[in-house]
Amino acid sequence: MATRPKPPAVDGARAALLTPALLIVTLGALAPVLVIALYSILTPGDYGGVSWTVSFQNWLNVIAERDFLTDEMTLAAAHLEIFWRSVKLAFLTTLLTFIFGFPAAYFIATRPPHRRDLWLMLIMLPFWTNLLIRIFAVMQLIRNDGIINNLLLSIGAIEAPIQMLYTEFAVLVGMTYLYLPLMVLPIYASMERFDFSLAEAGYDLYAPRLRVLQQVILPAIKPGIIAGSILVFIPSLGDYVVARVLGGGKQLMLGNLIGMQFGELRNWPLGAALSLTLLAIVAVAMVIYVRTAGAEEEPHG
Amino acid sequence: MIEIDNLTKTYGAGPQAYQALRGVTATVRANEFFTLLGPSGCGKTTLLRMIAGFETPTSGKLLLDGQDVSASPPYRRPVNTVFQSYALFPHMTCAENIGFGLKMLGKPKAEITRTVGEMLDLVQMTPMANRRPSQLSGGQQQRIALARALAPKPKVLLLDEPLSALDYKLRKDMQIELKRIQKDTGITFVFVTHDQEEALTMSDRIAIMNAGTIRQIGSPRDIYDQPAERFVADFIGETNFLTVGLLGVAGQTARVALPSGRELDLRAPGELPKGPQVTMAIRPEHLELVAADAGQLSGRLSNIVYFGTDTHFHVDLGEGGALVVRSQNKPDQMPRLTAGEAVGISVLPGTGQVLRD
Repeated sequence: MATRPKPPAVDGARAALLTPALLIVTLGALAPVLVIALYSILTPGDYGGVSWTVSFQNWLNVIAERDFLTDEMTLAAAHLEIFWRSVKLAFLTTLLTFIFGFPAAYFIATRPPHRRDLWLMLIMLPFWTNLLIRIFAVMQLIRNDGIINNLLLSIGAIEAPIQMLYTEFAVLVGMTYLYLPLMVLPIYASMERFDFSLAEAGYDLYAPRLRVLQQVILPAIKPGIIAGSILVFIPSLGDYVVARVLGGGKQLMLGNLIGMQFGELRNWPLGAALSLTLLAIVAVAMVIYVRTAGAEEEPHG
Repeated sequence: MIEIDNLTKTYGAGPQAYQALRGVTATVRANEFFTLLGPSGCGKTTLLRMIAGFETPTSGKLLLDGQDVSASPPYRRPVNTVFQSYALFPHMTCAENIGFGLKMLGKPKAEITRTVGEMLDLVQMTPMANRRPSQLSGGQQQRIALARALAPKPKVLLLDEPLSALDYKLRKDMQIELKRIQKDTGITFVFVTHDQEEALTMSDRIAIMNAGTIRQIGSPRDIYDQPAERFVADFIGETNFLTVGLLGVAGQTARVALPSGRELDLRAPGELPKGPQVTMAIRPEHLELVAADAGQLSGRLSNIVYFGTDTHFHVDLGEGGALVVRSQNKPDQMPRLTAGEAVGISVLPGTGQVLRD
C-alpha cells in the first residue's frame, strides 16, 4: 500500500490564500441556507416576508393541509403530486440523457484525437445560446401548430394535432435537450482516458460487443456516468424555467411550487421549508445513488 | 497450425494508401515458438493483430488448423493475445481477470475456479489472486496477462512485444519463464519483437520482416549463420559486407574472388544475382587476425575497440573496403597490436555467405 503524502500544514500564507474561497462558500452557500432554515420556522408576514414568530406549521404544510371546514389535517395531495412529478421527471431526464449521451460520448471518444474538439464543440454549442431561446425553440417544435405536428398532418400520419406542449412529455423533452451536454461531457472525459486495448482484450477473450460494453467499458467509465447523472439529476429536480414555459403552469415542478410561495402566494416560510425539502431529497437521492453505483468499488489501497 | 496465405493489408485509399502488409505467406507449425522480428513499421504487429482478428486482411487468407478464419471476429477465434500494455481489466481482481475468458465461454463455475487456480500456479502468482492489477508491479501484471490469455487454452497464443516494458533483469527471467510455459503447455506461441537477442534466445523459428514482407524464415541458427540477404544479415547481429567477384556456382557453393585476389568457397543458398560482382556477408567472429603475410585478406589496423569479453579490430582493406574482426579476450593474449599495423585476416572454414542481393 502506497503511503499517502501528509496534508501540508496550514500556515499564515496558505490561510490567506484560502480566505477568498472560504468567504464565497460562507456568504454564497452556507449563509443563504441558514437564512432559509430560519425563515422556515417563522410565520408568513401579511405582505410577503416573515413575521418573527416561531412556528413549525410550515413544515407540517409541506406534506399536509388543513381542511377549511372540518379543521382536519389531510395529506397535501397537490404537494405530493408535485414532489412525485419532480422526482419522476428528474429520474427520466437522467435516464434519457444517458441513453442519448452515452453513444454520443462513445462516438466522440473513438474519433481521431484532432477531430474530437470539433465534435465536442458541437455538443457545447447550444450552451452559447440563451436558455430561454432554446426552450422556445423546443416549443416551436412541439406546439399544436408547430413543426412536428404540421409535418405529421401534412403526410397524413395524424388527423388532429397531438397535444405535446404543456404536458409532462414537453417538460421531459425540454430538460433532456437542455441537460444533455452535462451528461455527455463527463462520460466523454472518462472515456477519453479509457484504454481501448481493454476492449480489444475483451473481444479477444470471447466477449461479443455487448458483453464487452457491459463487462469492460461500462465499469471503467462508471465515474463519468455517476458524475453526469448527478450533474443532470440535481438541476432537473429543481427545474423552474422548463416546467414554467413548456409545462405551461400546469405541470408544476418543485421549483415552480417554491417560486409560487415566494411570489404570488406570499408564504415565504412555506417556500423556505419546501426549499429545504428539495435539498433533502437531493441529498438522499445522491447518497442512495452513489452507494448503489459504487457498491462493487473497493477502496483503493 | 497457422497457414498465412498471401495476406495483404492496405490502409486508406488513393495516393495516401499505405500498404502495411504486401503479400505475406508463412506457415506456423503446431506447438512451436514462432517469432516475428523486424524494425518498427515492418508490419509484424499488423500481422499479429490479423491473426488475433483485430484487423481484416485486404486480400489473402488465414487458416487456423485448416479452417479459414479470415472473416471471423476475435471472439470466435481460439486465439488469445498478451497485449503490450497488458490491458488487464482494472476493475477486476487477478483471479477475475484470468477467469474472464472462461466466463465468456460459458464454462461452469467449478471449472473456472479450478483453471484459474492452475493458471495462477503456472505463473507463480497464487498469493496475488485477489489483488487488483493496479496493486501489482509491471512484472506481476505481465504474468497475470499471460495467465489470462492461457486460461481458455487457446490453440495459438499471440504475444505483442510483451517484455518491452520490463527492465533488463526481469526481461531475462521472463524470457526463460515464457519458454518454459510454452514447453509445458504445448501451445503454439507467435511472438512479436524488435529485439533480436530476445528472438534468437527464445524462438524455434524466426520470421524476419521488413516493409510489409517476410524476408526470411528459419531457425535462429539458420538466420544468424545463413542470412539470405543484406537486410537480414544487417538486422541480426553485426556483419561485414564485402564485394567479391563470382567465379562459379556448384550447387549450394559459390567460388568467389576476394579483393586480395585469393579465391574462396562460400555457401550460396538460393538464387544469386547475375553479374560478376556479388556481396559476401561474414560475421566478425568468423574472422581471425593472422600475421600480415598469412590469411586470405590483408589490410591495416585502423582502430581497436576493447569490449571486455572481446575486442573489435577494424581493418582497412584499402581498395577492398573495411572489415571488423572480433576476437574473444583470453589470458594468453596474442601479441599486442597497435593501430596502423599491417595484419592478415583469415576466414574460418565453413563460414561466410553469398547474399541474394
